[in-house]
Amino acid sequence: MDWIKLIQEHSIPEWPYPIRYGEETEVDADVVVLGGGIAGCWAAISAARRGVKVVLVEKGATRRSGSGGAGCDHWLNTPHPKSPITAEEVVEWELEYSGGYTNALSRYIAARESYETLLELEQMGGKIRDTEDRFKGAPFRDEETKFLFTYDYENKIHFRVWGNGFKPVLSEECNRLGVHIFDRTMATGLLTQGGSAGGRVTGAIGLNTRTGELYIFKAKAVIDCLSRHQRNWCFSTELRGNANFRPTQIVGDGHAMAWRAGAEFAMMEKSLPTSFASGNVFLPYSHGNALNTWFPCTMVDAKGREVPYVDRDGTVLKDVHERSRPASGQRFLGERTNAYQHRRPELIPDLLERIKKGEFVLPLYADLPSMPEHERKAIWGLMVGEEGKTRIPIFNYYTEAGFEPDKDLLQSYMFLGSDPMRADVRAQDRTGGEIGDAGGLVTDWNLMTNLPGLFAAGDALFAANYHYHAATTGRYAGRKAAGYAMKAQQSPVSRGQVDKEKDRVYAPLSNHGEIEWKELNAAMCRVMQNYCGEYKNEELLKLGLLWLDDLRQNESPWVCVENHHKLMRTLEVLNILTCDEMIIHASMARRASSQYLGFFRLDYPETDPPDWHKWVTVRLEQETVKAGELPIDFWKPLAENYEKYR
Amino acid sequence: MAKRKVYAVPNRCTPSSPVKFDPEICNGCNICVDICQVDVMIPNPEKGKPPIVLYPEECWYAGCCVGACPRPGSIELNHPLTQRVRWKRKATGEHFRV
Repeated sequence: MDWIKLIQEHSIPEWPYPIRYGEETEVDADVVVLGGGIAGCWAAISAARRGVKVVLVEKGATRRSGSGGAGCDHWLNTPHPKSPITAEEVVEWELEYSGGYTNALSRYIAARESYETLLELEQMGGKIRDTEDRFKGAPFRDEETKFLFTYDYENKIHFRVWGNGFKPVLSEECNRLGVHIFDRTMATGLLTQGGSAGGRVTGAIGLNTRTGELYIFKAKAVIDCLSRHQRNWCFSTELRGNANFRPTQIVGDGHAMAWRAGAEFAMMEKSLPTSFASGNVFLPYSHGNALNTWFPCTMVDAKGREVPYVDRDGTVLKDVHERSRPASGQRFLGERTNAYQHRRPELIPDLLERIKKGEFVLPLYADLPSMPEHERKAIWGLMVGEEGKTRIPIFNYYTEAGFEPDKDLLQSYMFLGSDPMRADVRAQDRTGGEIGDAGGLVTDWNLMTNLPGLFAAGDALFAANYHYHAATTGRYAGRKAAGYAMKAQQSPVSRGQVDKEKDRVYAPLSNHGEIEWKELNAAMCRVMQNYCGEYKNEELLKLGLLWLDDLRQNESPWVCVENHHKLMRTLEVLNILTCDEMIIHASMARRASSQYLGFFRLDYPETDPPDWHKWVTVRLEQETVKAGELPIDFWKPLAENYEKYR
Repeated sequence: MAKRKVYAVPNRCTPSSPVKFDPEICNGCNICVDICQVDVMIPNPEKGKPPIVLYPEECWYAGCCVGACPRPGSIELNHPLTQRVRWKRKATGEHFRV
């Protein structure tokens, strides 16, 4: 039933949960993990296994929360005894793809520990092997271990997994280990020693989004697993589609609170135009395509003519299985890269031109019926079925509607303006790196930030992404934070800091306006599109900051907040605004253009000059933005550093 | 028609109905309310009745509510009208859609 029907039949319902505005509860812990997604659960499990008292703070419901809460189709970049690929090579393809702008530090940690993390997941109950022999004899199966692989059947570096069950397993393990989980609790701010920004992090404050109660989490170490910024350039609940690739409520809460506490960030200036952002595309994986989860599906045109796949050299591949093998002389295939060394086979790059000439007729279709049975079942049922947002919304929904993978051609929207990978993209429809690397926290090899006691994992780290990476860095940060907590003393909470945060969090309750939080978010997006969009210069960026401050001071008080849920949404939008400001400050600090970062300064048009091949960092120090820099290869040497700190 | 009761109501947001309940099967256990990470639903004020979808436009369409439901058929996902994908039966050319 919806609300309008409810009030027609009854009356406006009162808030269904207890009202506890202003009430405070103090919670003691050794390690407080903020965010109960993949990274957060792994961090909590890893810390708890070291015998420390762990609290997990999650805005949603830990059992299914986070970008990977609904599933995971592939566990990538994982060197293991059956693969010839090394951890160094895994990092190399990410570096090649990104022009060096990736977090080699965290990716190397992930590559070194990904396999043992996967095996640990299996011990908890996660399914990672084809134990029922459903795929016996398939070219992507290792018959001895019963592991299934994707993308590269020779080098077997990317695992196919049954990820729909991972999150419940992780949350049950948290419970088994005695992790104290606070669901429906939005972390709003960090506590610091003496209450001053820039000091050691000693806890966090959380808001119960159903009761309005505040929690004061006292800790010896805090791990930020709150993902990254989202909804900065585009936000549309109306268009829906893929407007926010990650869950709606992932907005950069962690970024905003760590920024206020003085933490250092890198790559915040990055933004890329993407049709994901516009909302004008279909739900992910929901239509026929030849990418990622659907790879290596055969595509045909409206007349049934097959669209060829080519390897990196443009050689047409005759056989389905050739699509999952490296080209002659190629070391291995990366999951997603345009760079030559690790580029995967793909559909002919001049497909659109050939459609225009009449060689192929739109619309295109995914031809699952023509695929070898093992491949068809791997795409439809395993990948589409285990990947996040595919089991219920795609596999079950389509099956119930009558879709039969051995008989039906699922339509593709490629070139029809609704395909997330290939549709024309408006330059202002940007994200900070929706499915790829985005800006985030800088850490040392302990995954500790510049603020002592504050660790980070998963997508909270700068230039990071992927499920396997979130899991592995979460696990690593958990043990590092536990080790830190064992040696650290708990610091008394600063009453002044709590009161200040309490005032900030509850301030929107005094609002008296009639606009929704969505309108404020949309207005901020407009500012970012106009003043921090495709083209930037000092004047535009300054105007952007002016506008954002104006919105914060003069318009945000008009957002109506009738209950705790809307208080949460309003606080989120204010966090997005903080992330916007971080993005603009970082954009001002990079005085050169960069193709890799999607970053074009009209006043500094030289693209990727060698002098600027470095990380630009930003942080707050005594209310003033401090820009800094890191060498692009600050992580060197990988193996030595890893061995020293692990 | 003349006796039809008419209300002054605002427009619903879009999309307005991400999930549908079957009140004959749903017993109002609210497991779906508590599994949703976006928190789009609230319990029905009347115990034993299906939840209220209070914030439908926030839905992420992960379907975790449907997956967690212990009484099959109580709740089903309902994709926005802008998200209805088509397919063609290879042998007959017949068209279908979700």
